[in-house]
Amino acid sequence: MATREPGGQSQSGRSRREEDIDQAPAPEANAEVTERHEKLSEDVDDLLDEIDSVLEENAEEFVRGYVQKGGE
Amino acid sequence: MSVRRVMGTEIEYGVSVPGQPGANPMVTSSQVVNAYGARPELTRGGRARWDYEEESPLRDARGFSYSGALYDPAEALADEDLGLANVILTNGARLYVDHAHPEYSTPEVTNPRDAVLWDKAGERVMAEASRRAATIPGAHPIHLYKNNTDNKGASYGAHENYLMRRSTPFADIVMHLTPFFVTRQIVCGAGRVGIGQDGNTPGFQISQRADFFEVEVGLETTLKRPIINTRDEPHADADKYRRLHVIIGDANLSEISTYLKVGTTSLVLSMIEEKALPGDLGIADPVSELKAVSHDPSLKHLVRMRDGRRLTALDIQWAFYERARAFAEARRGEDETEEMTFDVLDRWESILDRLGRDPGLCADELDWVAKLRLLDGYRERESLGWASHKLQLVDLQYSDVRLEKGLYHRLVARGSMKTLFGEDEVRRAMVEPPGDTRAYFRGRCLAQYASEVVAASWDSVIFDVGRESLVRVPMMEPERGTRKHVGALFDRCASAKDLLEAITSG
Ligand SMILES: Nc1ncnc2c1ncn2[C@@H]1O[C@H](COP(=O)(O)OP(=O)(O)OP(=O)(O)O)[C@@H](O)[C@H]1O
Ligand SMILES: [Mg+2]
Repeated sequence: MATREPGGQSQSGRSRREEDIDQAPAPEANAEVTERHEKLSEDVDDLLDEIDSVLEENAEEFVRGYVQKGGE
Repeated sequence: MSVRRVMGTEIEYGVSVPGQPGANPMVTSSQVVNAYGARPELTRGGRARWDYEEESPLRDARGFSYSGALYDPAEALADEDLGLANVILTNGARLYVDHAHPEYSTPEVTNPRDAVLWDKAGERVMAEASRRAATIPGAHPIHLYKNNTDNKGASYGAHENYLMRRSTPFADIVMHLTPFFVTRQIVCGAGRVGIGQDGNTPGFQISQRADFFEVEVGLETTLKRPIINTRDEPHADADKYRRLHVIIGDANLSEISTYLKVGTTSLVLSMIEEKALPGDLGIADPVSELKAVSHDPSLKHLVRMRDGRRLTALDIQWAFYERARAFAEARRGEDETEEMTFDVLDRWESILDRLGRDPGLCADELDWVAKLRLLDGYRERESLGWASHKLQLVDLQYSDVRLEKGLYHRLVARGSMKTLFGEDEVRRAMVEPPGDTRAYFRGRCLAQYASEVVAASWDSVIFDVGRESLVRVPMMEPERGTRKHVGALFDRCASAKDLLEAITSG
């Protein structure tokens, strides 16, 4: 089965992004990714500490006890 | 082309009573619903009150149809016989027991933002309901979860409803929506620890629901779940409208996930109605690709298309996005909700772009990514494997509706998750209806004339105003009965009796 539309939209979606990568100043884009990533991950430790303080006790028992009937 | 459309969501919440494995979920669900509805103005209407003949339909001056189906007291009684709680709230929503879960169905709204707001209000209604249920002496605390599986083989739904033109061929809907639904989970999946219906295979997947879908198209919702559900119950004029009942979605906590879920779906429906899609995105085996996409959080999986191409879920979403963007650009100025239409497009583009570079960049916007960030954090810090009970607990508790316990809510509280609405707006939506659908009429009737309202449904309100028979006001047009149509009437009428007189003498 051949594609009837070789330049189909999905291709263009993809190539558009490839163009972006080619055209955009790569270091800038990377810096943005890295910076945002760092911001999101720098506080993971704090985050986990906080989550730990609210997590239900005895994870195994709690998770086992969560039994539902199907719905809809 | 617009995101504007009559729509609504329904969510069945997971319900559990820790330490009480024998608790009957129907009873517990009823306790939850009744605890919230246990206000005299919401529960009036005993069985005897239903034994009345229908009064002649009202003449309508303000857009109510004359010719709704006759109110059938026998049908209403059959529902009541099951003894399952079912209340209508002043915000126009329905709060009831569906099978073994408490369910909140939003009032009808006309756009994605409002869908998010009244869906979120439902979470707060559930939290408040379980809080009230716990104050009953001797009651055990009841926990509620906005998720879709117990990881032991059971799944329960989060449905979306979209009003569509009856004239749109159902085959078109199936053709275009199937590839869209198989792939939209990369944006609106809620994330799940465990693979397979019983979750027994260790791992993380994007969607809560994917493993529970077995066929492409069908009427069932509880077994042999279909990607496209054919239920046809428009709660409106069936000659003009269809209510598309979408059962494939995950229940989302993230407001942005919900917003994009209903916003992008709405755009695709719009293109289907306008016959603007070429239909070149058919997937060879949608049911197995749905699972394969869900099982690959790296987003690298290649979906085999009917024409032999292999595309990622992201490629397919980009294709829908590009078409929606072009379609909307070409129609600038024709859309009264243009700002929101383009907001959905902008956010959709930005999310797809970031997902393509590094999904982690969406950790403060999308449920599955936010959940995965917590899970990966624990995996690294405590060297946990995917079979760890702690990771399963994180998955479950992410969806706990309590603000102080739910992990999603903790993320919001510390600024780690973006929202669209402030808490005051959500609180208001718990009691106030949207102004631009018939939910306004329903909600105001409940708020203002509760003692005279015997029952209500999506398409009618039934009153007892002391006449020999009950009076039923049909509302077959979802966009009638709005604030604009009837707001002043409500301000003027002190009782339902006055209101009905005003309508009939119109
Ligand atoms: N004409 C309509 N078009 C689109 N949405 C509608 C229309 N009428 C009602 N809705 C929405 O559809 C949903 C109906 O909820 P309800 O729980 O009653 O669903 P159902 O599909 O009829 O029943 P079930 O829960 O048994 O599957 C609500 O969210 C409501 O806002
Ligand atoms: Mg329902």
